[in-house]
Amino acid sequence: MAFTLEMARGALEKLNAVIEEKKDYLTDLDSAIGDADHGINMNRGMKRVMEKIRDKEYSDFGGLFRDVAMTIMSAVGGSAGPLYGTFFMKMGQKLAGKREVAEDEFADAMQEGLSGIMALGKSQLGDKTMVDALQPAIDALREPAPDASAAWAAALKAAEKGMEDTIPMLSKRGRSSYLGERSIGHQDPGATSVAYLIASLREAALEG
Amino acid sequence: MIGILIVSHSEDAARGIAQIAVGMSGAADDVPITGVGGNDEGGLGVSVAKIYDALTEMLPACDGVLIVPDLGSSILSSRGAIELLSPKDASKVVIADAPVLEGSMLAAVEASSGADLEAVAEGAREAKNLKKSDH
Ligand SMILES: Nc1ncnc2c1ncn2[C@@H]1O[C@H](COP(=O)(O)OP(=O)(O)OP(=O)(O)O)[C@@H](O)[C@H]1O
Ligand SMILES: [Mg+2]
Repeated sequence: MAFTLEMARGALEKLNAVIEEKKDYLTDLDSAIGDADHGINMNRGMKRVMEKIRDKEYSDFGGLFRDVAMTIMSAVGGSAGPLYGTFFMKMGQKLAGKREVAEDEFADAMQEGLSGIMALGKSQLGDKTMVDALQPAIDALREPAPDASAAWAAALKAAEKGMEDTIPMLSKRGRSSYLGERSIGHQDPGATSVAYLIASLREAALEG
Repeated sequence: MIGILIVSHSEDAARGIAQIAVGMSGAADDVPITGVGGNDEGGLGVSVAKIYDALTEMLPACDGVLIVPDLGSSILSSRGAIELLSPKDASKVVIADAPVLEGSMLAAVEASSGADLEAVAEGAREAKNLKKSDH
């Protein structure tokens, strides 16, 4: 039961594909409470990530995630750029020198990445942001599970629930916070793209 | 001398604001004022890389740099760019809590008098109190 460098690469490929497919949906979500660019931003960023990593050899998670982080930070163009960028940067630092880790060690690295997001965004659980999908997913991945498949299934379920739980929340961070009460009743676009990230990690982990 | 880096979602706006800040403040020509903006395809947005590159270009010639951002991801991206700097360089950069145009202008006035980073940041912050109307 281990998460490998090749799985990480596969997950990024899947994330690029699902963002491409869902970019209009993400942008619709962002048009309700933001500036209608989250899908476009993520699509541009992930495409650029794939161009960067596709033909490059990596010897550890550190090198791969550093390239992902730097590319996302320069190419995404909205708040999601520095936030996802920090996430991958901190994960890469935590996993430097490794190319295979147990699921709970991977979860620890994700937690490190999430701490980076929360520090940069000055955001907390319940602020109606990507944090609200990411924290429950990491917590679920850490729970004892019979196998990797069960662990990732729990993580995805938790991410999707966290994503849906953003609907009744009042936004306290990012552009949607300017709307105050009017942000209530809409699903957060960033929490939605996080659910796609977790789904992509799960798929890649299962394929092995 | 303290430099001023204006960060906007639009490159045109960032450059224009830099031009206004210099013109209206009467800041001496030696105050380094730069404007960056737009995503890396030239559309509306902000790129951490552009901010980082501007900072690393400005810092060797300045005692410090005040970033004056517009909204939202300009602020987040500025923080992200500072994190990529060495701790020594990072300690010489501050993000202004000020409206972007007025803040840049007042910061330029302070900077041209040779003020330090704290004072230039305070100058920018005072832009919050500029009154335009009674409404
Ligand atoms: N301070 C923050 N902390 C955590 N997540 C945030 C924060 N601000 C925004 N987000 C997340 O980013 C998502 C929006 O990303 P997007 O790429 O659309 O940026 P944006 O808000 O349009 O940026 P901009 O300021 O350029 O308009 C939100 O749905 C939210 O999940
Ligand atoms: Mg947006």
